[in-house]
Amino acid sequence: MRRNQVAVVGAAETTELGVIPNVSQIQLHADAALNAIADAGLKLSDIDGIATAVETPQQIAHYLGITPTWVDGTSVGGCSFMLHVRHAAAAIEAGLCKTVLITHAESGKSMIGKQPRFTAPDSLNGQFEQPFGVFGPPSMFPIPVLRYMKTHGITHEQIAMVAVVQREWAAKNPRATMKAPITVEDVLNSKMIAYPFRILQCCLVTDGGGALILTSADRARDFPNKPVYVLGTGESVETPMVSQMQTFDSSRAFRVAGPLAFKEAGIAHKDVDHLMIYDAFAHLPLYGLGDLGFMPHEETGKFIADGNTRPGGKLPLNTNGGGLSYMHSGMYGMYALQESVRQMRGIAPAQVQGAKISVCHGVGGMFAASGTIIFTNEK
Amino acid sequence: MAEPARAKPKPTPETQHFWDGTQAGELRLQRCDACANVYFPPRPFCPGCGGRKVSVFKASGKGRLYSYVINHRPAAPGFTPPYAIAVVELDEGPRMMSNIIDCPQTPEALELDMKLEVAFEALDDKITLPLFRPTKG
Repeated sequence: MRRNQVAVVGAAETTELGVIPNVSQIQLHADAALNAIADAGLKLSDIDGIATAVETPQQIAHYLGITPTWVDGTSVGGCSFMLHVRHAAAAIEAGLCKTVLITHAESGKSMIGKQPRFTAPDSLNGQFEQPFGVFGPPSMFPIPVLRYMKTHGITHEQIAMVAVVQREWAAKNPRATMKAPITVEDVLNSKMIAYPFRILQCCLVTDGGGALILTSADRARDFPNKPVYVLGTGESVETPMVSQMQTFDSSRAFRVAGPLAFKEAGIAHKDVDHLMIYDAFAHLPLYGLGDLGFMPHEETGKFIADGNTRPGGKLPLNTNGGGLSYMHSGMYGMYALQESVRQMRGIAPAQVQGAKISVCHGVGGMFAASGTIIFTNEK
Repeated sequence: MAEPARAKPKPTPETQHFWDGTQAGELRLQRCDACANVYFPPRPFCPGCGGRKVSVFKASGKGRLYSYVINHRPAAPGFTPPYAIAVVELDEGPRMMSNIIDCPQTPEALELDMKLEVAFEALDDKITLPLFRPTKG
């Protein structure tokens, strides 16, 4: 795909974030979509492409009253929206559609109009993982981390610092769910969830949504807000069974998606001004820093513990507070994309001054899938 | 009221030999006749080379502790927390999720790379799970 041919011209989250017991999941999609359409100065009838995950594109298109000529229902977990951006950019370049709406919403906390997840007993997960006591992401996602720590010499204190630093960013974001400062001791003394992870190393569970609008770069200057260009993209999947990852000291899906995006963007790691790495749990930023090639895995824990990713650090990471402190409705990727877009527009509450390139890296399932989008505000 | 039961696997035609094996006290893996790749979970072709000629064989049942969590909350039905959810690397190469029995469920007792051997636990008269215990001696 060519660089900077497609731009984000509309971006918005739901009007409320956090606990929203009076709105159903599908209406959260609509709320985010209408906010993004207004942000772009468009009408519903201008949208001719639609992408969403978990809810089907037909559900969202019909509810909104959209008649699309291009649809994408890629649903690979929380990074689905990174894949939607990649697919939408290719579709717009190929002329399949002109203006794409990507929506996410989840009533993750209040569970209003949300179908419960179910693992069939004759699925591979149902046969070869479920009988051994896995019960939701906290019991599964951290399974690789002890091996990662042993292989790369990472300490519990270093991983605790991920949560500490992200809380520093969250404190600068009025919409963040958790803003009170925390220390490494607070993290390591918080309630045990699944050893080695305690509650402050696990993501929040909230309600909310977000939506993006993409169009071709040659139209992008006609919109009310500063266009944010898609500079590079990557995607991959590995396995829906965390036990069957190729290795636990790295993510294959990350190692495929991340470098693809960097190659397409034609940038080096030193060019990155702002970074988002989907943090459903505190180990993910470490995997991301290593697998995207910012540094060897052995250095990731020290890099964060030394303060390089905190406000004022040389590589601002998860500047909204992340899934650990900003919000996490279940599929957090959309919120990471929203923060990258805000940073590239120059309007983020914790704005990185002069940032020109933002890398946004997502995960789906338990390292099952990955998508990386690199944005720039310079054509 | 009965205790909620542990999730029970339901075999498919492609995995039946594995579950027949555990019931017979054998851990059965598959090996590709063409490229000798040993793989898991079961399927009637080799995910390494795509070959359809594969053989089922009895594995040694020996392995090592690759990684784990000790789950505190929320607990799965049929489990009393804290309990370890482990991934075992078999001597033949593949890894599988399991539980570690005859061992305290603590970070001190559950040492990465400790040697393990398979143990079989019947859930009912149709399904037996492969669990692992520390190798004696």
